[in-house]
Amino acid sequence: MSATPGDNRLNLCIQCGSCGGSCPSGAEMDHTPRRLFALIRADAREAVLRSNAPWYCVSCYYCTVRCPQEIHITDVMYTLKSMAIKAGLFHDAALPGFSETFVDYVEKYGRSFELGLATRFNLRHHPLSLAGMAPLGLGMLKRGRMDLTPHRIDGMAQLTAILDKAKALEGGLQ
Amino acid sequence: MQRNARPYLDSLLAIREDIDLELQEIEDWNCCGATEYMSVHRVAAHALVGRNLALARDQARDTDLLTAGCSACYLNLAKTDAQMREDAGLKDTVNQALAAGGLEYEPGAMKVRHLLDLVCHDIGYDAVKARVVKPLHGLKVAAYYGCQVVRPDYDSRWDSHEHPTAMDKLLAALGAEPVEWSLKTQCCGGHMSVIGPDVAFGLIRRLIHGAQEAGADLVVTLCPMCQLNLDAYQVEMNKHFHTDYQVPVLYFTQLMGLAFGKKPKDLGIGKEFVDAAPALAKIQAEAPKVAEAKRKRRPKPGDALPMPGME
Amino acid sequence: MAGQELIEQDIHEQQLTRVVVAACSPHLHEKTFRGVCERSGMNPYLSEMASIREHVAWVHTDKVAATAKAKAIVSGTVERVLKNDPLEAIRVPIDAQTLVVGGGIAGIQAALEVAEAGYDVYLIEREASLGGHMAQFDKTFPTLDCAACILTPKMASAGAHPKVHLFTWSEVEKVEGFVGNYTVTVKKKPRYVDEDICTGCGICVEKCPVLVVDDKFEAGIGYRKAIYWPFAQAVPNLPVLDTETCTYYIGGKGGCRACEKFCPTVPNSIKFDQKEERVTLKVGNIILATGWDLFNARRIPQYGYGRLANVFTNLELERMCNAAGPTGGKVVLRDGQTAPKRVGIVHCVGSRDRNYNRHCSAICCMQSLKTAHLVKERTGAEVYNFYIDIRTPGKEYDEFYQRVLDDGVHFVRGKVAEISDIPFDPAEASRNGAGTLYIQVEDTLAGMQRRIPVDMVVLAAGLEPRRDSSEVGKTFGIACSSNGWFIEKHAKMDPIATMTEGVFVAGCAGGPKDIPASVSQGSAAAARVLNYIRQGELALEPVRASVLEERCSGCRICNGLCPFNAISFIEERKVTEINAALCQGCGTCVAACPAGAIQGTGFSNEQLFAQIEGLLRDVNRSHEPEVV
Repeated sequence: MSATPGDNRLNLCIQCGSCGGSCPSGAEMDHTPRRLFALIRADAREAVLRSNAPWYCVSCYYCTVRCPQEIHITDVMYTLKSMAIKAGLFHDAALPGFSETFVDYVEKYGRSFELGLATRFNLRHHPLSLAGMAPLGLGMLKRGRMDLTPHRIDGMAQLTAILDKAKALEGGLQ
Repeated sequence: MQRNARPYLDSLLAIREDIDLELQEIEDWNCCGATEYMSVHRVAAHALVGRNLALARDQARDTDLLTAGCSACYLNLAKTDAQMREDAGLKDTVNQALAAGGLEYEPGAMKVRHLLDLVCHDIGYDAVKARVVKPLHGLKVAAYYGCQVVRPDYDSRWDSHEHPTAMDKLLAALGAEPVEWSLKTQCCGGHMSVIGPDVAFGLIRRLIHGAQEAGADLVVTLCPMCQLNLDAYQVEMNKHFHTDYQVPVLYFTQLMGLAFGKKPKDLGIGKEFVDAAPALAKIQAEAPKVAEAKRKRRPKPGDALPMPGME
Repeated sequence: MAGQELIEQDIHEQQLTRVVVAACSPHLHEKTFRGVCERSGMNPYLSEMASIREHVAWVHTDKVAATAKAKAIVSGTVERVLKNDPLEAIRVPIDAQTLVVGGGIAGIQAALEVAEAGYDVYLIEREASLGGHMAQFDKTFPTLDCAACILTPKMASAGAHPKVHLFTWSEVEKVEGFVGNYTVTVKKKPRYVDEDICTGCGICVEKCPVLVVDDKFEAGIGYRKAIYWPFAQAVPNLPVLDTETCTYYIGGKGGCRACEKFCPTVPNSIKFDQKEERVTLKVGNIILATGWDLFNARRIPQYGYGRLANVFTNLELERMCNAAGPTGGKVVLRDGQTAPKRVGIVHCVGSRDRNYNRHCSAICCMQSLKTAHLVKERTGAEVYNFYIDIRTPGKEYDEFYQRVLDDGVHFVRGKVAEISDIPFDPAEASRNGAGTLYIQVEDTLAGMQRRIPVDMVVLAAGLEPRRDSSEVGKTFGIACSSNGWFIEKHAKMDPIATMTEGVFVAGCAGGPKDIPASVSQGSAAAARVLNYIRQGELALEPVRASVLEERCSGCRICNGLCPFNAISFIEERKVTEINAALCQGCGTCVAACPAGAIQGTGFSNEQLFAQIEGLLRDVNRSHEPEVV
């Protein structure tokens, strides 16, 4: 947690719930951000890392700008997600699945790839919904708004070197 | 922008000379990681963005402005730049990683600005107005800003995190009538359209319904992700809820192009899922007449109370 | 034996000529120990305090290093005290007239107390009537007695008291002098009504054809004329003419003049050519009771004030609940007719929030509970209070909270996230009907997000320092804290006085307060002033700066620096002069003078160098080469 910018502000939380109230997906979360902070204080590590809340975060930053204590809540959510992946603790593999699939594409090609992303993610996690989404993908193709093949950047070797080094340094930090 | 936001790119290219905007693409840029990379590897996410910042700084000719049209790209660039400025440790780590690829970035070297910010605040409403040849009279528009351009707003570029007015003023300068609505900066659903469509459909319906209720003929956006969710997923949302909303969603650059007299086709109009043609047909040649304010009379008991002003 | 006696004993037994007390900062107890010296026959200024509490004990954790620092500070102070000269206190006479700035409840109370003791008081009020914010309130918590019923008699007494000299529609422009001897310039804004002739009959107001929104007294939900009474029980009972809305003035002094035409007095009371006036007053003491401003709820756009018609402020509700208010005491929606069936009251609007104000506004919990009770009583509506914490620490306050709980008012613990006119989905829309406002909040006790449908929202906007508090502070030579409230001399032990002698603060000017606290502070400030008046003269610290004229080059660098306005420039001699009674001995000018022409009594170069020598003695020793 200490690596999160502004994380040390968590002990300023007054449990007002402006985060949980502001969250567009707050109604779907098992614990609201406020409750997560209370659980963090209570050392309930597993309950925190198993929560679906960070994965339902849409990065809209409402909680961050509205927090009366200026806690960087969205950034804390990112940290919780990476901690959950490292600890292997999440109740639904589909949630980190999207992030990981996305990261895979970025690490292979340097760009994201919508068609691959959507199909691979859905194949693995929601095979039944794939057929339902097909018209959308087809529509995108028809309108020239989607590629059939991913584009690989030229500096892939450079990017890989940078990312590998960053991950090595990140490992060292934690 | 080359693919899913092709209309955004086409319209931007079509209007750039009108607004004296010289654009230079960063060669061999990589994906910013959207909101996903940060969720898996925090430092590497900054290094990923750091590469773009470093490439931009090295390639930029006579400018320190770095602009992005996409909310997430803009936010990630601004965020890495801001957090490297604030946190010397992070700056050091990111630069160690970049060094592995022979790069380096001094935070603050590039001024990261969203395209709308440049158009509204640097080019200015007057310069835009001066280029209008076909004012969008009679077109009611809902300016939709989404989340990540106006929040968290690391460099205080906007007048409000909740109810900004920059795009409304721009659209008014084009002759259109921006509607007052409460959902300007509500979430479009972001990645939930893929990982939790039910949540996203709810958010999309609320936005589309809200725009329609406010009397808008179309929604105007500044981000490919928002456009995709509100336009393409509007169709899916209709299937999901058995509704038939038909609110087209265009980019602000497309409306600028129309007002500047460009051909719709050159602006990528027609590539949207919800057809914008019926809405655009409402554009009138004449400015609508504003009803004259009623004369003040004595209030009687039971009359409406005065409304507080916005100032 | 107590410490003071020990010192006294040592002074006598050891024939001491200097005393250093190593303890706290001189701020609080320098006077105490100087008194000890004086009682023992020493000149009190031959003693010094070494601050090893604030400068050492409170700020360091390394005990060894801290002890070394404490020793160094004591050693420096010892060296310094050797260079101290015996000084005599400066004695100044105290003018028995008093200035009270601000005619709200705190200022009225202060003025009446001083006047009752038999001394003259000038009561200055910026608005056209006494009363302040309290005059706008309907009921007062926790007893629910009517605000006007308890305030009006006080206003009337102040208005009628032979010793209270009222200046309404006036502002203090300039303050010169020092404790006991202030010269104050008051600007009287033109009312365009002759105070001496007008009988207050009200025909002019009745005949005026211009109707404008009254955003002062009626908080924007009522109307007034262009010539108007501030409110029904105004003191003084005189109308005032607003040139920004009067047809005659808008038309470049042509047309209308109905007020003048119908005025029955001879000569006519309407004076279109009335000019601003300046009055100079001589006073000994000043009490600032300048009050507060309401937080501008538009700054939180997600709450919709100014955008969503049925979002109101607490002040609007006060006027609405008042029987003499724009709705005749009916609680209605913005349409002026419909009684709300569901009302949400949002606490902490602009308070306890780093994005706006960090302070707790202290009164809004109780005010919101009162509003909840009144709304429930008058409309039978379902009332929801949204709060972070309920703070009811006053007498009978928590008992009132219990009463409101018993009324059946709903309490939802959560800071409201947003208020929207747009339903989440069609089901929500059809459940709640058109015109519903949705309060989105996390019910933190239930641990879930809720959207509560209401017809009306009341925002408990917080109290803020007056927008011009820092300029007002400068005028009176006192400072504001970073959040804008005036700083008291000591937050606990001297909350009424300020760092400027003879200037006192009462009521909300020093921070949010409820009515009982404001009244108490008004009385307390008066007591302090009366104490000074009865003494007749005051001994001032002789620690002062003075200018050696032969060295002063007249560069005027120091002129703008003095926080106490003690420095003036003598044009004839082209030199700067320091008023010893105004000077507080802060030393700013001493340090700034490039010619070394300003000397600080008690802060001579000799003293400071000696102190530095003492401070560094051990450091010098430890840097000497060691011989192995």
